[in-house]
Amino acid sequence: MLLIRCPYCEEERPELEFRNAGEAHIARSANISGESDDDFEKFFFIRSNPKGIIYERWRHMHGCARFFNAVRDTVTDKFVMTYKAGEPKPSKLPKNSNEGVAK
Amino acid sequence: MAKAAAKTTASSSVGRRPALAGRAISAAGVKVEVLPAAERMSLRAPEASLAALSKALGVTLPKKPKTSASKAGRTALWLGPDEWLVVDEAGKDPLADCAKVSVLHSSVGISHRNIAISVAGPGAEATVNSGCPQDLSLEAFPVGAASRTILGKAEIVLLRTAEDAFRVECWRSFSDYVFTFLSEGARDAAG
Amino acid sequence: MSDALRISGAGRLSQAKSARFTFDGQSYAGIEGDTLASALLANGVHLVGRSFKYHRPRGILSAGAEEPNALVQIVRDDARKTPNVRATVQELYDGLAANSQNRWPSLSFDVGAVNDLASPLFSAGFYYKTFMWPKAAWKSLYEPKIREAAGLGVSPDKPDLDHYSSRYAHCDVLVLGGGAAGIVAALAAAETGVRVILADEQASFGGSLRFESGAKIDGQDGFAWAQVAIAKLSAMDNVRVLPRTTAFGYYAQNFIGLVERVSDHLKAPGHDLPRERLWQVRAKRVVLASGAIERHMVFANNDRPGVMLAGAARTFLNHYGVAVGRNVGVYTANDSAYAAAIDLKKAGVSVAAIVDLRDNPTGPVIDEARALGIEINFGRAVIRAGGKLRVSSMTVQPKNGGGERTIPVDAILMSAGWTPSVHLFSQSRGKVAFNDETKRFVPGTYAQDCVSVGACNGTDGLSASVDEAYAAGAKAAKDAGAKTTNGTKPKVDASESWSRGMLGAAPGAGPDTTVKAFVDFQNDVTAKDIRQAVHEGMRSIEHVKRFTTNGMATDQGKTSNMHGLAIAAETLGKPIPEVGLTTFRAPYTPVTFGAIVSHARGPLFDPTRKTAIHPWAEAQGAVFEDVGQWKRAWYFPKPGENMHAAVDRECVAVRNQAGLFDASTLGKIEVVGPDAAKFMELLYTNPWEKLEPGRCRYGIMLREDGFIYDDGVVGRLAPDRFHVTTTTGGAPRVMNHMEDYLQTEFPHLNVWLTSITEQWAVIAVQGPKSRDIIAPLVEGIDMSDEALPHMSVREGKICGVPTRLFRMSFTGERGFEVNVPADHGQAVWEALWAEGQKHGATAYGTEAMHVLRAEKGYIIVGQDTDGTVTPNDAGLDWAVGKKKTDFVGIRGLKRPDLVAKGRKQLVGLKTKDPKVVLEEGAQIVEDPKQAIPMKMIGHVTSSYWSQNCGRSIALALVAGGRDRMGDTLYVPMPDGVIEVEVTGMVFFDETGGRLNG
Repeated sequence: MLLIRCPYCEEERPELEFRNAGEAHIARSANISGESDDDFEKFFFIRSNPKGIIYERWRHMHGCARFFNAVRDTVTDKFVMTYKAGEPKPSKLPKNSNEGVAK
Repeated sequence: MAKAAAKTTASSSVGRRPALAGRAISAAGVKVEVLPAAERMSLRAPEASLAALSKALGVTLPKKPKTSASKAGRTALWLGPDEWLVVDEAGKDPLADCAKVSVLHSSVGISHRNIAISVAGPGAEATVNSGCPQDLSLEAFPVGAASRTILGKAEIVLLRTAEDAFRVECWRSFSDYVFTFLSEGARDAAG
Repeated sequence: MSDALRISGAGRLSQAKSARFTFDGQSYAGIEGDTLASALLANGVHLVGRSFKYHRPRGILSAGAEEPNALVQIVRDDARKTPNVRATVQELYDGLAANSQNRWPSLSFDVGAVNDLASPLFSAGFYYKTFMWPKAAWKSLYEPKIREAAGLGVSPDKPDLDHYSSRYAHCDVLVLGGGAAGIVAALAAAETGVRVILADEQASFGGSLRFESGAKIDGQDGFAWAQVAIAKLSAMDNVRVLPRTTAFGYYAQNFIGLVERVSDHLKAPGHDLPRERLWQVRAKRVVLASGAIERHMVFANNDRPGVMLAGAARTFLNHYGVAVGRNVGVYTANDSAYAAAIDLKKAGVSVAAIVDLRDNPTGPVIDEARALGIEINFGRAVIRAGGKLRVSSMTVQPKNGGGERTIPVDAILMSAGWTPSVHLFSQSRGKVAFNDETKRFVPGTYAQDCVSVGACNGTDGLSASVDEAYAAGAKAAKDAGAKTTNGTKPKVDASESWSRGMLGAAPGAGPDTTVKAFVDFQNDVTAKDIRQAVHEGMRSIEHVKRFTTNGMATDQGKTSNMHGLAIAAETLGKPIPEVGLTTFRAPYTPVTFGAIVSHARGPLFDPTRKTAIHPWAEAQGAVFEDVGQWKRAWYFPKPGENMHAAVDRECVAVRNQAGLFDASTLGKIEVVGPDAAKFMELLYTNPWEKLEPGRCRYGIMLREDGFIYDDGVVGRLAPDRFHVTTTTGGAPRVMNHMEDYLQTEFPHLNVWLTSITEQWAVIAVQGPKSRDIIAPLVEGIDMSDEALPHMSVREGKICGVPTRLFRMSFTGERGFEVNVPADHGQAVWEALWAEGQKHGATAYGTEAMHVLRAEKGYIIVGQDTDGTVTPNDAGLDWAVGKKKTDFVGIRGLKRPDLVAKGRKQLVGLKTKDPKVVLEEGAQIVEDPKQAIPMKMIGHVTSSYWSQNCGRSIALALVAGGRDRMGDTLYVPMPDGVIEVEVTGMVFFDETGGRLNG
């Protein structure tokens, strides 16, 4: 079970309290009704599914109930950082601690 | 609390029949007990409204995550950045207090939605930890700490009322499950 | 016999505390503190089981959790018969009953042993190669036969009477392994005041101090020191000491699964004690002190009962006071077995000879053995063991060939060296590194906040281990936030030290292919099998493992993996690291389902949700159905009524008089705020801005793709307050869907959502007499049609308690839904029921509710829709606000496929024979005579007998359905084709006049 830092509760909480909500930073058009088929396809159907860093939405379902954004590495399943809903995609990620350390 | 029950009954031609009323079990070192009915409100409001609402409610709405504030039988639990659970055990309806306030907010009565269960005794922490994955040590979850979380497969709101006592709130229809789970946890915490 | 093997003065058990037990029905004496293994050995019993594949007689190999052979069934009573219990782990209690496994008719004469003679047939990959043809025989013949013969032990066939518990725990430092290194690390951490948990799988702490007679710490015997240290730790408030507790899994972010065996060692476990307790521990830092496991020597017939690990023999002697034989031989490739020979010799056991594969080793233990007069043979190998049910001799030969010599022995103690237990480290996703000098895999690169100390880290010698562990424990505490250090490192006064050894097959293990030199005892894998796998083309150790099943038994190759790897590497002619090590996976040792399930069984398997009115329905004899987690009253049979009769009666009564229905499970959400209507406009297809307070509207919610997600009646209580209802099953996901849009797409709206599903009990009163029933109990609400028309809502009082009274109908009759605070639900129901009795009202359940709504063509989302149905498909286009510029799903509705012709549309079906009731889910075709597979043009979504219509009725999704009105279609069923006519969806009161009737 992962620990996930909720940016609203300002602490790490057990994964059981959370629920994934799909990819982040996919904006719904203010004029969605007039969107072309291609644009709607991109908005609704196409997801990046990357190997490595992914930007996702999570909800602290059984906690503060807020939706927030997270940066996760799909290879290591490690959370790099989390931030509040509505905040821009971080331009720079904190140094990733994914590489193992020899002791 | 008896006062509150009496008040409700007086104004009603039918009595309140809370789920699990009176249920309690005692294990060595911990007692699990359904608490009397209370008045409850779900309060939602932006930052700017908090001062006025706090004044109307008579209790300062906490702004820090995982905290609560309590005054004269009324407790406000921080559940989210714009969400509070207000529980009144003194028989006064917080909804009525908020109705007088004109600042932006949402207040919804949920007195009957929740059931409260008390878990008290030296084994209380272990009892709750039988199904709640949060760190409940006094450093991480001190007296007054409050959080929505889970117990087994049910959602609960957890409030630490004393070093060795918790108030567990859950939705009415989950109360049988939650009470039974806590009873099992208490049996094990005692062992 | 037993007296001679229980050495007086040896071991730590009190002879006074005797315990009787049975093995295969025979009664024996043991001592409290024994394991089943030590007690059997004390009675001279070595033969304890038969092997998995060849049914070869097997004895006790080890004294711990790594045991591959001595698996027995422990029988407490008729229900509690635990198979595959390692006799080396099971603690003895008075009255324990154990049986051997995998043998018939008896342990000493086992018919299945014919497999041993036929073993050339059962070589590696046997199953893959043999049962290939004919293909059809696999399912009918081979698989059932193999399944019958396969497996170890017999599962209990009755419900488990025990209970299991679970606990989440958090600590700063978790120490796994309670040998010297683990205890020292725990002490160092605990003395700083941080929260420490120390766990060990054994009943007593001490690890290898149990057998290391040469260890002295702080002036005491090593094991005695360990007990003092554990007592000190147990007395500290910040420390939890868990004996009999196995760390079975190491998961992300230092999340560790532990199983504590709470009562398996007790004669009569109290009712309140769980059998096992699952600990799910989150630790800031983990110290791994899991020790090392001794390897056996791989030579012919190395599996004969009486052939065992040297360290195990030492444990049985020094801890349990049991000699494993009277005349033992020793076969080794490292120093540690000498200590076993020395301890046994000193205890009065004859040591026939030490056979050492090494050429000219030197060292104090060798000198000591020689001084005790033990015969030592360097550069020689034991090429085979003699005997069958018990070893009787060892045959020795110079390792490079030459004359054989057979030495009579009744036990062979072997040691090929020690393998660091890196299982948990590897599970933590750490990468092991091969040390070429010591030929060991040791922790290399760490992936988590943990550290390995002592033997599991490849650290040799007690002094070095203690130094390392103390420093690691203190550092772990500091890293976890400790401010102080005020402890004293224990002082090692004397210790034993050994390293090295050998990997792979010894000279007695082939190349002769008829030789059975076991690598993996539990899965009967020999050195020959591994070589054969390589010869047949397996290159990666992962393939060799799967082809031979080496290391794939329940012991997970604790003794066999390194040997198997070395033999494969040798056969491939490659260095060991290039062949690789198989991945270690959880669980470290088998974990019971009971522990994993823990509390989640019986009433705690899943929450069972009941409404406030449930007790009344139960008292009335209602039959309930599960709707998600809810129990809902399905129908209310009167004496002598079956379901059909009850539902018919309920349906007729509602249309002719009135019915009461518990609708409390409906999802309810209060939408509050100045932008409430704006929000509703965005989440539902309907227009809401102009809905007046006090009025209701049937709302449809779509997903962004344009398909129906949920529906329900919404009442506007005030300009800024809506009371939204959802389907019963949809409540949580609708709330999530609404919160999602509110928080992330429309955060500018000043509106909030609160679930009020459980705040309000809902009593639907439906039927021509409904108003007459309600009106006398209501205060403050004008019940006239003018003041309270269909689809309106008022707040007032009923029976003196607050109510939100909806005038609405899911039956097509005049109807109301009375919302009252849940704790008043049953009382108000009872009051309405009493009123209802004056008017012939009935209680009706969900089945009648379904029939009544189907008679009116009202859909149920999730039954008549399946996530691919648009409002237009469902005939609900009228509910989509045509002038709206935005709502969730508005763009999806314009997708080409959603506006294409020929989509499946919801229509009514009437069977030509009105008595025939269609099956829900049945497929519909145009031409029943067409060739199979037929072209299916739709399916039945709802189908009932309607007593009110005097015929069957059905709803169906049919391609181009609304253009087929009056057409005849066909529903092919196994027993014949059913003819149906396509109709409109309303079967009863088409004009809707009864809503005000």
